[in-house]
Amino acid sequence: MTKSELIARLAERFPQLVAKDAEIAVKVILDAMTDALARGDRIEIRGFGSFSLNHRPPRVGRNPRSGERVEVPEKWVPHFKAGKELRERVDAADLTEVSSASNETEVPVFAVAAQGSINAL
Amino acid sequence: MTTLTKAEVSDILFENLGLNKRESKDMVEAFFIEIADTLSAGQWVKLSGFGNFQLRDKPQRPGRNPKTGEEIPITARRVVTFHPSQKLKDEVERVQKTARH
Repeated sequence: MTKSELIARLAERFPQLVAKDAEIAVKVILDAMTDALARGDRIEIRGFGSFSLNHRPPRVGRNPRSGERVEVPEKWVPHFKAGKELRERVDAADLTEVSSASNETEVPVFAVAAQGSINAL
Repeated sequence: MTTLTKAEVSDILFENLGLNKRESKDMVEAFFIEIADTLSAGQWVKLSGFGNFQLRDKPQRPGRNPKTGEEIPITARRVVTFHPSQKLKDEVERVQKTARH
């Protein structure tokens, strides 16, 4: 399911609203979540899961090409932990094949990139 | 540090959109239900600019009861993983850098 499919499903659920409202709602929700994580706040959605930042301390890495030592600065990366209910529901549904494909006919970006590189060969 | 919950997200929707309180609450609820239902049906969720919720099938592996030391296999299972988009990672880095220095 892509963002546009999610918007379409929400619009269907709220027939009293104009279609544009679902689109703006998804944008507002995702922006609120992005802003919270950027500030370093946690996000806790009961039954769904929680988002927080994981700290990666600074380290000395190596440039794999030159072998030269490079200082890699500390990093903060978003992390998601599924809630109990979602974890159990997803695991219970293991009869179905995992599908990364969406219902839409649009081709995922990575597939286009892969095709492009095959064509280039 | 504070925590963002459904109640706060729904307040933000109410303030930014022409929805009433009831609709805002229902919309936030429906947003997470649609994502959870899709994942439960075995399908990935790709939210461009935010991140992807993917599914991974993990095979059974040996485990141990940490209290008794008894060997108990960890059964095969399907788990959800979240991969933040470059945009989300960049935004987090940008704000964290200014906030912490």
